[in-house]
Amino acid sequence: MAFCLDQVLELEPYSLQREEKRRLYTQALSELTRTHAEGCGEYGRILEVLGHDCAKDFAPEDQPMLPVRLFKRYELCSVPREEVAKVMTSSGTSGQQVSKVFLDKQNVRAQTRVLTEIIGSFIGKKRLPLLILDTALVKKDRSMFSARGAGIVGFTMFGRDILYALKEDMTLDVQAVRAFLEKHKGEKILLFGYTYMIWQYVAQALEQAGVHLAIEDGILFHIGGWKKLRDQAVSPQAFNESIREVLGSVRVHNYYGMAEQLGSVFVECEHGHMHCSIYSDVLIRRPEDFSLAKPGEKGLIELMSLLPVSYPGHVLLTEDEGEILGEDDCPCGRLGKYFKIHGRMAGAELRGCSDTYEQR
Amino acid sequence: MNSVEYLIGGQKVESVPLPVYSEEAIFFLSDLSHVLLHDPVCRAYPDVMSFAFWCRKGNLQRLQGDCTDKGSRLGRGLAFHVAPSNVPVNFAFSFAFSLLAGNGNIVRAPSKPFPQVERICNAIKEILPHHPEVEKRTAFMRYPVNQEITKAFCAEADARLIWGGDETVQAVRGCPVKPKCVDIVFADRYSLCVLDGNSILQADEKTLQKLAEGFYNDTYLMDQNACSSPHLVLWTTGTETARERFWEAVAEYAARYDLQGMTVVDKFTQMCQDAVDCPEVQKVLRQGGNLLYRAELSSLPENIGAGLRGRGGYFYEADLNTLEGLCPIVNEKYQTLTYFGVEAEKLQEMVMKNCLRGIDRIVPVGKAMDIGIVWDGYDIIGILSRIIQTA
Repeated sequence: MAFCLDQVLELEPYSLQREEKRRLYTQALSELTRTHAEGCGEYGRILEVLGHDCAKDFAPEDQPMLPVRLFKRYELCSVPREEVAKVMTSSGTSGQQVSKVFLDKQNVRAQTRVLTEIIGSFIGKKRLPLLILDTALVKKDRSMFSARGAGIVGFTMFGRDILYALKEDMTLDVQAVRAFLEKHKGEKILLFGYTYMIWQYVAQALEQAGVHLAIEDGILFHIGGWKKLRDQAVSPQAFNESIREVLGSVRVHNYYGMAEQLGSVFVECEHGHMHCSIYSDVLIRRPEDFSLAKPGEKGLIELMSLLPVSYPGHVLLTEDEGEILGEDDCPCGRLGKYFKIHGRMAGAELRGCSDTYEQR
Repeated sequence: MNSVEYLIGGQKVESVPLPVYSEEAIFFLSDLSHVLLHDPVCRAYPDVMSFAFWCRKGNLQRLQGDCTDKGSRLGRGLAFHVAPSNVPVNFAFSFAFSLLAGNGNIVRAPSKPFPQVERICNAIKEILPHHPEVEKRTAFMRYPVNQEITKAFCAEADARLIWGGDETVQAVRGCPVKPKCVDIVFADRYSLCVLDGNSILQADEKTLQKLAEGFYNDTYLMDQNACSSPHLVLWTTGTETARERFWEAVAEYAARYDLQGMTVVDKFTQMCQDAVDCPEVQKVLRQGGNLLYRAELSSLPENIGAGLRGRGGYFYEADLNTLEGLCPIVNEKYQTLTYFGVEAEKLQEMVMKNCLRGIDRIVPVGKAMDIGIVWDGYDIIGILSRIIQTA
């Protein structure tokens, strides 16, 4: 029986137990692997060199992984070019190569639907007044528009009466924000932004200015790397506390995802655990031999998603480190694995006769 | 010039030359050898030990004896050395070669804070007061990448030794020098290994162990990223059994290698890229977990030296039915050929007979890193000195 994403979409996002999920993923990922091997020449060639036999079904941990970096080097696409509806590019720091992800209509639809299911399970089905903790410029300025702009635009579907809280000079428009809060007094407020932007231009800026916005019932989703914050020794707890200090009563949810697997994001629950939904899964591998790490053991993060049908991004080896915290037993009640991210792995320091020059 | 940090000596360095293999140079270097060999901390650093061993009086006197025209050679004056940022002891060899050639030396030490650099510099500082002729000809310093500072040093130089690969060579070569200044430059190179499968099958266990250790020292010890580390392994004869015997021994010895997480991702990514980019790659075998990757080639792509480079234990291998099979792939990038079970003379003869543009060194497996006064195809002491000719 062929795997059908629509059937999965009928289910609640955190509703599958280990064995059920494993059965589903064995079948679904094996089918995706077959589809992509046929549709994407580069992917097919990699499976050939790996000696992977597509005819057979494999358990999730035995599926061939693709390193995320390949999406920067090749245009990996499994559908005819005329069926590509959208090409997503990753943010990537300036000067670096960006990833290109080829989406057909079905893939775009699935991403939107799944993101709605996941975020909806936290905020409810209704659109909420939305405060974007960023500047409206990201929508206009082409150099900023990539994943950052797209992420914001994507999130606007959960909101109404949207206000961009930062002015073009990245200072908070206190007056406008106060007016917005006044207007929506008594309502639940949705907030969204990028982790470091929020830290620098909201949390720290307001603290220094001595401004306190008394949001009564807020829920903040933030995304983006922790590297800069870790360099400043800011823990997730300190981040959350600081947010509440300046913004008021706000529930804070960090979430994790990559341009190569948009839609099936991982959201932190009220206990600070990053959760896999039924649309995605995570494995932690030991670098020395790619064997599976035990819960609590740090290793390389491998991400699986059921959504990528138009490009071979269903099983990815990331360059991030993390650890599994548990499965099906988080006190928040959500089923599936929950985990912790330690951030991007340190770059390899190699010896060698040829001097290395950092890319600027 | 304010950002120049002098480790030894200062701005004023004597440019009056000494004869090649001067007593002053030999006494100083053998003194240095003595101090390093007796420093208990240095024993932890095999690279410092091999430098100290090379500087032994006996070795230097042997080299002096081999130099037949030493009576008519003087140094060129002042040499400016740009050491590689990523190799701890090459700066010391570079200095020693040039001192033996009779030059005063300004050495830019590696920018990374290697403990080896500190030990060697401390030892030099300690003994310099006993060697006034060397002392006034010696300065060691470092500075962050800065073209203006490099220009100032280049302007004074009678010779430059530029390590650090293509980019550094291009950058330093862009700095003007006196018309008679000579350059010895160390560009990016490509190296390979030729193994005879039958000889590996016949080798006893001890020989095999030595071979695996030697191969490890040529490659993993420098993250397979030195110019003389082989990327390509070619088999003159060799059944599957011979290959397995060799690689298993290597993987076992390589268990001591500090395999970094990002290196693993790099190797895995490279495997995928090879699959896409290189139709000659048939399959990639992994041994010892992610320690050892072997990409099997059905034939040798012509541009192999440009693209197929492994790092941290990633090797390409193929059959080499006759030594002449090397001719189509070897270009001026090729530096070191290491061998086992093949005669060095035959390899040298093949390079000479076919007038190959590359392969400067043919050394047994395990000797790829052994630096000497002939390196990278240069007679370093010859180039760094001048001949006083009579007729």
